[in-house]
Amino acid sequence: MIEVKNLKFSYDDTKTTIDDVSFSIPDGSYTTIVGHNGSGKSTIAKLLAGLLEKQGGSIQIDGLELNMENLTKIRSRIGIVFQNPDNQFIGSTVRDDIAFGLENHNVPQPEMDGIIETNAAKVKMTKYLDHEPTRLSGGQKQRVAIAGVLAMKPKLLIFDEATAMLDPQGKDEIKKVISQLHRENNLTIVSITHDIDEVADSDYVLALDNGKLVMEGTPHDVFTDERKLRRIQLDVPFSLKMRTALAKQGVDAGRHITMEGLVKELCQSLSNM
Amino acid sequence: MSISFEHVSHVYSAGTPYEYKALDDVSVTIEEGKITAVIGQTGSGKSTLVQHLNALLLPSEGTICILDRTIKAGEKPKKLKSLRKDVGLVFQFPEYQLFEETVIKDVAFGPKNFGATEEEAMAKAREALTLVGLGQDTFEKSPLELSGGQKRRAAIAGILAMNPSVLVLDEPTAGLDPLGTIQMMELFHSLNKKYQKTILIVTHDMEQVFSHCDNVVVVENGKIRMHAPVSEFFRDSSLCREMNILPPALIRMKDLLVQYGFEVPQEVQDIDGLAKVIARQVKHHG
Repeated sequence: MIEVKNLKFSYDDTKTTIDDVSFSIPDGSYTTIVGHNGSGKSTIAKLLAGLLEKQGGSIQIDGLELNMENLTKIRSRIGIVFQNPDNQFIGSTVRDDIAFGLENHNVPQPEMDGIIETNAAKVKMTKYLDHEPTRLSGGQKQRVAIAGVLAMKPKLLIFDEATAMLDPQGKDEIKKVISQLHRENNLTIVSITHDIDEVADSDYVLALDNGKLVMEGTPHDVFTDERKLRRIQLDVPFSLKMRTALAKQGVDAGRHITMEGLVKELCQSLSNM
Repeated sequence: MSISFEHVSHVYSAGTPYEYKALDDVSVTIEEGKITAVIGQTGSGKSTLVQHLNALLLPSEGTICILDRTIKAGEKPKKLKSLRKDVGLVFQFPEYQLFEETVIKDVAFGPKNFGATEEEAMAKAREALTLVGLGQDTFEKSPLELSGGQKRRAAIAGILAMNPSVLVLDEPTAGLDPLGTIQMMELFHSLNKKYQKTILIVTHDMEQVFSHCDNVVVVENGKIRMHAPVSEFFRDSSLCREMNILPPALIRMKDLLVQYGFEVPQEVQDIDGLAKVIARQVKHHG
């Protein structure tokens, strides 16, 4: 359980980056954080992971206050995967790279091999264990980064726009891995994203604008409020744009987050009459 | 004048165990004054193809005609400097290449390199920065102080300051947020319409291709799989599906409607047109 209360942070005196933000994230849930560039999303991720120090309010993780005293304890429960697949490699092979965190924690060699294999399998990279990371595709690199983080047995996984720099195929691979980790491993997931399909997969959405939490709720609640979405400069799902175009033609349709929902409803007015 | 590739092949690391043929007998003519999308999977050869346009890569075989120059395999290219001024190439994540102390100095670097005086270069830099939508307040800032989207704009301004007639952009919107993406595409659209620049955009985003480009070139395994006007390419989803590309939302919507028993004519290619088609069928039944 993550409990954030009245969180405040600024990089300098000119602008408040995180302005009195409160939210809670239950164990085992999948939460997405959305907002335009500069809204404060990534700063929240870094504050949660203890990479930045809060300047006001509180962050509690499993009942422990995130402060200098508890930092090491809390960090061991959190894994974070960043945006750029090229900026997070240390090892000369995939195996070495996944091993890096384990070596730092003095895990004995025989045990380490098993952990590496298990986690490579979770992201479907077993075949590539002896490959050089530089020769992998973007999606494969991100999967290795995820395996490296999983090897540390975190309870909470944070993805900071982990799919933003990938091609469509890579994005798909990572989205599947995230959903699967959530379903099968009971991990708590916080993902910062611009991808509407990824949002639709999550349980709960937090929307930020200028460092403030401006919307929260289920993906359906947040992404069917067209006026508010536009005000905070977020993309409106196609199904809502279609609904507006239909209204101009005198056709009333409900608010749907997916096209399938909209078409199914329209289809009923076709066949019922 | 035109931009054409005639039987162009490109081999990386020729004569080594890593030898790799990235382009294989490519012949294609790019229409001037239009926006052409270059699409294809990662590793298909898209970036290799566009890097030939300013002779950053030279063909291993074949000939490239670009504006009034000819680049032939095996020959030392002539007038390289003026070619690089006329064809501006913006790499992926160009913001990593910002290096000067201030934004304006960074943008002025190109024109100065091509012989402009300090004053001329600064004037060109101011003009280019205004064109990409960066205000005066950013000119004297360090590039590091800008947001991701602003950095990308500054990097593109650095190329525009040389006033190229052909602009080549390799995944210019990757990593930008939805609004940043729309603004970036609108910028290219206006550069094309107002200043008649020929623009090539390498992209994975079919929404951009559908709404902003005139033509589409599909690269697959180092070959041109297809070259067609955008309206023809997206007439229905069959070509996209065949090439394993996710079609734009409007085309997916048309598919779904058909699947659920609606009649949707192929020529409908905008959201209001589609709404009319649906309205007629829903009302007709009522």
